[in-house]
Amino acid sequence: MTTISLEDLEARQIDPTKPLLEVDRLVMHYHIKAGDVSAVEDVSFTVHQGEAVGLVGESGCGKTSIALSLLRLLPSNAEYVSGEIRLNGEDLLWLSPEEMRQRRWKDIAMVFQGAMNSWNPVYRVGDQIRETLDTHYRGVMDYAEQRTHMEKLFTAVGLSPAMLDRYPHEFSGGMRQRAVIAMALACSPELIIADEPTTALDVIVQDQILKELKRIQAELGMSIIYISHDIAVIAEVTDSLGVMYAGKLVEYGPTATVFSRPRHPYAYLLLRSTPSITGPRRQLAPLEGEPPDLLHPPTGCRFHPRCPFATEKCVTNEPPLEDIGGGHRVACWHHDEVPALEGALQR
Amino acid sequence: MTASRSDMAAGAARNGQPLIEIKDLEMKFPISRGLFRAPTEFVHAVDGINFEIAPGESLGLVGESGCGKSTTGRMLVKLMEPTGGSIMFRDREYERDVATVKGSGIKDFRRRVQMIFQDPYESMNPRRTIFDTISEPLAVQKVGTVPERETRVLDLLRLVGLTPPENFLFRYPHELSGGQRQRVAVARALVMNPSFVVADEPTSMLDVSIRISIMELMTKLARELGVSYLYITHDLAVARYMCDRIAVMYLGKIVEIGPTEEILARPQHPYTKALLSAVPVPDPSIKRMPVEIKGGISKAINPPPECRFIERCPFAAEVCETNPHPPLEPRGDRHFVACHRADQIEAWEAERVAAAGIAAG
Repeated sequence: MTTISLEDLEARQIDPTKPLLEVDRLVMHYHIKAGDVSAVEDVSFTVHQGEAVGLVGESGCGKTSIALSLLRLLPSNAEYVSGEIRLNGEDLLWLSPEEMRQRRWKDIAMVFQGAMNSWNPVYRVGDQIRETLDTHYRGVMDYAEQRTHMEKLFTAVGLSPAMLDRYPHEFSGGMRQRAVIAMALACSPELIIADEPTTALDVIVQDQILKELKRIQAELGMSIIYISHDIAVIAEVTDSLGVMYAGKLVEYGPTATVFSRPRHPYAYLLLRSTPSITGPRRQLAPLEGEPPDLLHPPTGCRFHPRCPFATEKCVTNEPPLEDIGGGHRVACWHHDEVPALEGALQR
Repeated sequence: MTASRSDMAAGAARNGQPLIEIKDLEMKFPISRGLFRAPTEFVHAVDGINFEIAPGESLGLVGESGCGKSTTGRMLVKLMEPTGGSIMFRDREYERDVATVKGSGIKDFRRRVQMIFQDPYESMNPRRTIFDTISEPLAVQKVGTVPERETRVLDLLRLVGLTPPENFLFRYPHELSGGQRQRVAVARALVMNPSFVVADEPTSMLDVSIRISIMELMTKLARELGVSYLYITHDLAVARYMCDRIAVMYLGKIVEIGPTEEILARPQHPYTKALLSAVPVPDPSIKRMPVEIKGGISKAINPPPECRFIERCPFAAEVCETNPHPPLEPRGDRHFVACHRADQIEAWEAERVAAAGIAAG
């Protein structure tokens, strides 16, 4: 793939020390007939300007709930119990639905899981992108300008501008995902939330899409939150990484640090149970049991029923997410014992 | 572990003969041009492939979606009728070309082969209990009485780690998690004591931690029961842990086949190379070699005779355009590659490595 310059699209000046999005002690529950599901529990993290942050975890750990929370796209049975979501210092949770609607796509855009379902099959792709431009640039761009802008977007993501006049079914899976990315870029957002952006794609196409996203992010000075269950994908594209378990953020830090020195037992086992095609064919770590039912989450540390280090303290007291140096935060009473697992697993 | 398994496989082989031997297997789907017009175009989903599987061996079939790997798996369990070629199946006293068996012959064959599907949510009837689901093959094949079947099902539930088994017997699929359902699917596949199981992406819908336990379960059962697997997957990392050998498919053709570690360490077909270099590595300190091929996979509709990979191949030369699709040729121990330019690519690669060594040194 030849690299297409993005200079036609406006690049943003970034200051990597400046926070863009601050999620502060967010608590979000779903009300269902049987009770309250504590889907997101006391989650805090910060995305800086131009930073790529990854959230990993297994199904039901709350990672998609966080994405939907940030966009305020939660179903009606969801409730923000407490916490703040600040974008450039402004708390999104206090905005009116109309104000929030103005923020979506313009300030925060999204790339959803399953590009197949992101498009309306009966409209041309170009017309669907135009709709977004109509909402946010009404009276700013005329029809011809919109067209030029969309052509630039398509070129930027490696699609031929002629594809704008095609219907979604005429696109292959990879092309559709590229078009979704073009749509996300339409209003030059500061933040893109990519929820499993490449999950349904073949490896070679996945590789192309991830490279494209990474390049666009760097050139336009955007921030991205990647959400995935695939740790290998996250390892390659992010600067910081958060590991979630049962609605809690259990470990957070620079990606390289979390990968080389995971200190939460769950994060450790998750990383060590991912098969790889490189390196020696090491024994994969087993992770016994299944994730808890969030209607009745375990007391204390939510991981204690499956944890090889669990003690009395873990059952009764909830560990805080503590900084253990260099921005590496871990929520575990026994985080300094985790390196011992390495030896145990080698045997 | 791999070594002990293939030793056992060799020991159990019937006169050293493979359990399954397929020759020139072919599946062409007609593209309908209307009710009264004979189809003129065919999708060559599987186009003349050959491989064999020894007793107790597991062969991984990898490739992108649409390469024909699932079609191959389905033909091997007779869920699809091949349009050409033979499938020789030898199991104890049973020996015949199952590509041609029909009617009650299929039922007889299915005592010996089973399939595990990708989606544990869709491969089970939601209105049947776990007992009904697992014992169905026994009922179809009229094996044992109901109490005997119950004992067998209880044994199997214990074997696949659903304990205590009594608690699962009369539950319904919706009461189980994805991992538990896939264990039920494994139990169902084993209930007839098959000698061959086709597993079509059995772990791709599961979470990482559950995936490992299903992979371990399947490997353990292969070792203990001597079952052979055809393991269909798009995930090379999973194939590495499950398979003794790997076959790489591209648009209906096998382009490379060989022992797993050999393929991963010394891929020789340009497509295998690209596929391997596109797999993300769960370690940010490792930088991958860039992928060198272009575009995406196309469809094999009335494909031209030359090499299927020619359009995307960075090494394509005149020899590739003027000759038909290359046959699989031996290149190393049990390692076969279908590429006209394998020699040149190897030489070129060696040069590049040497140059990189000089640059780095």
